[in-house]
Amino acid sequence: MSLIRVENLSLDIHGTPILRDVSFEIPQGKVFGLVGESGSGKSMTSLALMKLLPEGGDRSGRAVMDGRDLFALDEDTMCGIRGNEIGMIFQEPMTALNPVQTIGDQVAEALIIHGAATRREALTLAREKLDRVGLDGARFPLDRYPHELSGGQRQRVCIAMAVALRPRLLIADEPTTALDVTTQAQILDLLRGLVDEEGMSLLLITHDLAVVAGVADHVAVMQHGRIVEQGTTEALFRTRAHDYTQRLFAASAHRPEREPTVEDEVLLEVDSVRRSYALPRRSLFGPTPVLEAVRGVSFTLRRGESLGLVGESGCGKSTLTRAILGLEKVQGGSIRLYGREPISPTMPNPLRAGLQVVFQDPYGSFNPRWKVSRLVSEPFHLMPQTPADARDRINEALTEVGLTPADADKYIHEFSGGQRQRIAIARALINRPDLIVLDEAVSALDVRVRAQILDLLARLQESHQLGYLFISHDLHVVRAITDRVMVMKSGEIVEAGETETVFANPQHPYTRELIAATPVIPADWTEGKTHETLV
Amino acid sequence: MLRFALQRLVSLTISLIVASMVIFFVIEVIPGDPAAYMLGMNAQPETIAALRRDLGLDQALFTRYLGWIGGMLTGDFGTSYTYRVPVSELVLARMGVSLPLTVYALVLSTLIAFPVGLIAAARRGSGLDAGIMGATQLGIAVPNFWFAMLLVLFFSITLQWFSAGGFPGWDRGFWVNIKALTLPAVALALPQASILARVMRSAVIETLGQDYIRTARAKGLSARQTVVRHALRNALIPVLTIIGLQFSFLLAGGIIIENVFFLPGLGRLIFQAITQRDLIVVESVVMLLVFAVILVTFLVDLAYAAADPRLRRRA
Repeated sequence: MSLIRVENLSLDIHGTPILRDVSFEIPQGKVFGLVGESGSGKSMTSLALMKLLPEGGDRSGRAVMDGRDLFALDEDTMCGIRGNEIGMIFQEPMTALNPVQTIGDQVAEALIIHGAATRREALTLAREKLDRVGLDGARFPLDRYPHELSGGQRQRVCIAMAVALRPRLLIADEPTTALDVTTQAQILDLLRGLVDEEGMSLLLITHDLAVVAGVADHVAVMQHGRIVEQGTTEALFRTRAHDYTQRLFAASAHRPEREPTVEDEVLLEVDSVRRSYALPRRSLFGPTPVLEAVRGVSFTLRRGESLGLVGESGCGKSTLTRAILGLEKVQGGSIRLYGREPISPTMPNPLRAGLQVVFQDPYGSFNPRWKVSRLVSEPFHLMPQTPADARDRINEALTEVGLTPADADKYIHEFSGGQRQRIAIARALINRPDLIVLDEAVSALDVRVRAQILDLLARLQESHQLGYLFISHDLHVVRAITDRVMVMKSGEIVEAGETETVFANPQHPYTRELIAATPVIPADWTEGKTHETLV
Repeated sequence: MLRFALQRLVSLTISLIVASMVIFFVIEVIPGDPAAYMLGMNAQPETIAALRRDLGLDQALFTRYLGWIGGMLTGDFGTSYTYRVPVSELVLARMGVSLPLTVYALVLSTLIAFPVGLIAAARRGSGLDAGIMGATQLGIAVPNFWFAMLLVLFFSITLQWFSAGGFPGWDRGFWVNIKALTLPAVALALPQASILARVMRSAVIETLGQDYIRTARAKGLSARQTVVRHALRNALIPVLTIIGLQFSFLLAGGIIIENVFFLPGLGRLIFQAITQRDLIVVESVVMLLVFAVILVTFLVDLAYAAADPRLRRRA
């Protein structure tokens, strides 16, 4: 028995085709997964169902729920359906709540606005709903404000708000993408529980195949605004009838071929590094509370080696990274490049040239008014003088990362996310460094692009004997590209060792927790499919 | 919240002390002896010396500073060199015109700007929005004294609803004075309202692009409810900032309008005091204005914290 049936949904926005003939049915009380890469039209499909499309949208098709076509309803009727019969939660919990209203008021508003309760009753119900999503009254009273909660807690508030009126359909658009892996596991559990206990249907939109594998009953795969394949989860995962589905699977399981040759030469030596921050005082004359972000971290990284650093948000890895890049002073211990030159905010420029970085966001880390040649060659200012063969070196760096010398005269907005990350790598390579810090460098990329960038990184490492410090929250990626891995928690390295050993036989409880929380596609679903046939 | 208020109060008191020093010592380094100015070109040196003693000008600089501050704290602002009356009396009388005028203009400006800005934001891109943007552009561009003269021509001369200027004084009743201040307040409010409406519009538009607005819509709120219940309060911060600045500006900045309408306000008092080297009046009035600005800043800070819970914990 299907709850909602979407028929031939097509959408153009300002004349650009976004969706084409999208048809699917969501059964009552089931989880329907919609997977695809960015720009495939997943989010637009959900916004179309809610009739919350951006201006300039031209939509056709039908979405039938209870014999009514949602698309034919007027705005007033839709307001009665949103939040009441169809609830929705979004990707970014940090900004999804109104910062100036208490969480109690925001949950209660959902009830009040639909006339389901008076303010007093609504607050009582809001309390029940918050309890249901795991925010107990003792630690999370109704008068808390969103900024007092973490991302995972805020997402729980959003869920409480969306399910307050027991909607029959909940749309969750990348609900866990912005969250840590252990938090992700909890939120997915919560959503699955709501479906099972309350008979709600869930439309789960995600880019992550493993998330869908663990939660969804049915799956549809989207590409370029079309559903290319759909079916029950296990059957679809086992068969992979469509070529695109196959490529998506191959990319998400992709491991670059690496033959690392680790030399004895030490590139980076971190010795008992400490860094703490003063927090705002609690009282006017009391002591200043201190946050110990990094508490005595030591490790070495050798030439040609790829070292992973994993940990969840707030574990201190960003602070450690900033210290290693010489952007932040440390209060104890030392960081030395080549095992001898101390790294600090005042280190000499030529030394900095040996240490480069690639950041996460390929959109925010370039000056949009500069041409690629200038962007890529900016690290030249670290040298005493610009090399005479500057232009050749720019061309060489661009060629090495799979672009062409002609790209040097373009501006950054002309490139896709993956190409931009290639340009960031070219920029890191231009001074022929020995060590590159990759700070979540592939985290913002779609799986297929991510696979290509990982291949590129593996190839460059071998040809230049580079050392990589690979910082990521994504265990799959770390496992694919590193030789050794360190697990960080509360400012300390709780476990370190050969990557395969740590993943296969984790010693520390926290490492085990991380690995257990990471969603995986069941191994037997991929049986009979060898790596070669997938690529 | 209380802690936040106390912390702001401490830092504002420090600003006040620093400001008083700057005002006092800067005016002290201006060349010329007030006593000599007061007695004119042909005064005898003994007479000047006597007057200096009389005014306390022969004491050490820092003693005089402390005396000035101490006097102000007890309500004694000294005696005007030219008017020969206590400065406090002078200022109080002028304040009785400037303060009501400022508040009146600000209330008018806010009452106009809020709905206008909201409507423009809610109907962004419509003909109405374009009309409002054009009108506010004009409101900012038109010099307010010229607008004031138009008001006088139309309402005082043609329609004879209001008098063309002057101020009866508070002993003559409340409404007479409010009526007398109406045209000047409208003239002062026009450019302020235009600025405020534009700030309001852009603040609301920015807020409407936020994720939590989408959440509110997904909850089932209509577009209008979303604006009123979620966008408005979040858009208030920049608007409050502008209102605070406008208050300070209007308090002493209405001098041109005061002249057009023959109002005995603070702006004219300072202007006259400066031309007549009545330094004690200048010092005291400037100090008073600084105090008013700091007080308003404090109130705006409190209003920020009331509007935005995230600010309450920060010092």
